[in-house]
Amino acid sequence: MTTASEAYAARRRASQPWNWNRATAKVLIYAALLTWAFICLFPIYWTISTSFKTAVNVTQGDIIPFIGRFQGDWKGWRSLGLSPDTIFQVSTVRDEFLLRFGNSVMASVGASLLAVIIGAPAAYGLARFNYKFGPWRNKDISFFFLSQLLLPPVVLAMPFLVLYKELALLDNLIGLILVYTLMVLPIVIWITRDQFETIPIELEQAALVDGCTIWGAFIRIVLPLALPGLVAAFILSVVLCWNEYFFAALLTSTNAKTVPVMVASQTGSQGISWWTMAALSTGAIAPLIVIGVFLERYIVKGLTAGAVK
Amino acid sequence: MSHTVAMGQAGLIPESRKSAGRLLIVLTSLLLAATVIFQILDASGVFTFGLPDWRPSLYAYIVWAISIGISQVMMRGEAGHKALFLLPALLFTVAMVIFPTVFGFYIAFSEWNLSSFDGQKFNGLDNLRTLYNDSYFWNALRNMTFYVASVLLQYALAFGLALLLNADIRARKFFRVAFLLPFMLSPVAVSWMIGKSLMEFRFGPIAAFARHLGWDNPAFFTTPWIARFSILALDAWVWLPFMIILILAGLQAMPKDIQEAAKVDGAAGWTSFWHITFPLMLPVSVTTIVLRIIFQLKLADIVINTTSGGPGGATDTVSSFIFREYRDRSNVGYGTMAAEVYLIIIIIFITILLNLVGRFMRREAAQ
Repeated sequence: MTTASEAYAARRRASQPWNWNRATAKVLIYAALLTWAFICLFPIYWTISTSFKTAVNVTQGDIIPFIGRFQGDWKGWRSLGLSPDTIFQVSTVRDEFLLRFGNSVMASVGASLLAVIIGAPAAYGLARFNYKFGPWRNKDISFFFLSQLLLPPVVLAMPFLVLYKELALLDNLIGLILVYTLMVLPIVIWITRDQFETIPIELEQAALVDGCTIWGAFIRIVLPLALPGLVAAFILSVVLCWNEYFFAALLTSTNAKTVPVMVASQTGSQGISWWTMAALSTGAIAPLIVIGVFLERYIVKGLTAGAVK
Repeated sequence: MSHTVAMGQAGLIPESRKSAGRLLIVLTSLLLAATVIFQILDASGVFTFGLPDWRPSLYAYIVWAISIGISQVMMRGEAGHKALFLLPALLFTVAMVIFPTVFGFYIAFSEWNLSSFDGQKFNGLDNLRTLYNDSYFWNALRNMTFYVASVLLQYALAFGLALLLNADIRARKFFRVAFLLPFMLSPVAVSWMIGKSLMEFRFGPIAAFARHLGWDNPAFFTTPWIARFSILALDAWVWLPFMIILILAGLQAMPKDIQEAAKVDGAAGWTSFWHITFPLMLPVSVTTIVLRIIFQLKLADIVINTTSGGPGGATDTVSSFIFREYRDRSNVGYGTMAAEVYLIIIIIFITILLNLVGRFMRREAAQ
């Protein structure tokens, strides 16, 4: 796609004489692009740099490091027990942060895995077989799954609060994973169904003729081919679960608290220093930035699945 | 859709296997029913066995769900195997959504404070009456119309940025990643990064910049309309990438020769956009806007963490209103009633919206 459009662009460039109008347009386009890129990236830069600030850097609003006052200080990271001089010492804050971080990893990876494991077969079934549950056909079942996207978290949050209390699942990672699975399942089904529909049906038919069962054909032939879609669904799910705040705030308290809840509780408390907040926020967004930079095409694939035909 | 569920094969399955499957369903259904009834009796104090929680019912449901799957295969052979693809997701969703939603309606008609020992008290329509007279709820709904309307503004901006990304540029990969990043970040962290630090009154660089431009008192979250627009800016920062990506994908899927034809006919940029690009992009645009509105209706995290609805409820969303209602007063019954009413409003609104969109698209297609 990109190479084709670039070759096309190169041809256009070669065929048209250089003129002032085009040059001005170019400059304006790049100016707009750079402005927006700055708007997107500056808050991230600001957060990371603030985690290395001292009080005077904060009050004076220093922005560029290694010039004048702003020489960089481990203050923010020291308060989390993650600076070079404190990393080998005992730190309750670090233990707390690592526990939250671990919870977030378990909840988002666990829920995304579960959603792909039960969502992908369902999507495959909906793409290939004709179901009939009473008056319900494939279209109705697909719509049922998708309609879950409409449900705002508040509608489920309080019934879940009461239910989980009765089921002893409050403040429990399993409980959180189940809710998150529910949250991302429609998205996983949507993305993977789109992927399964691109796989030629002849491949499975050949496998069935060779004596494969339908599950055998699904696992051995279809799944490897659909891997990009599965990965896209999984990664998008991980991002959504990692960022989830509403359910985590209501359903967890001490054991199963996740990173967003920890960040939020620190934001609320008065007098917390900026460098600590910045270090904490950096920790919360660092995995996402890594995913965004290296797995961008999967995120884009996941978001555009089925929406653009 | 080439396979059809092979009903004919059912005849090949021995009768004994079928009846074994039927027996399995009956037995596990009985087990589930017995467990639930036993727990209800235990909880209501008919006798005191003293189960600590409702986990046994949960386990009984899981056993029942698994046995449904096994018996499908036993009774219906290949058709059962096919049903097995769908069943886990279906049974999971039904258990996780239908039950809580129905249970939610039951909670909604009661006075239930989780922090008091009184437990649940049925109070009929009292919650509905209180809600009807609750100015904060109506205020939150009014704010929601503002937030939903703002989606159109965000769409216009996103379209412009997508066109820029689709232009003949270098370093496209860098710009795409940079434009995507805000969407990846957790709204809670963004609330601090931008709302509480960059826009902070004393030390924030945006406030400093605003002072530099001559605004003496750049308080972004103290006057209602400015606060509303500040929340909007935060929300747009997080969600614009989502719209940009969808629109960009639409632009890239457009046949190049159509674009080229516009150029050859001598249509200048602006005219060619309005007459060719924009109409061709209508389906993608509609999908993008509808999806975005659906997500906008859930807006909560940023509001909760930046302004907690303030000043005076000016930035409140329905979700953040209910969140505070629960946090401050632990009133589950009233909060649930508000949530269920909101759900009904959303369903009505989206149904009307989809109908209008469908009609609009058909009219466009007919032209």
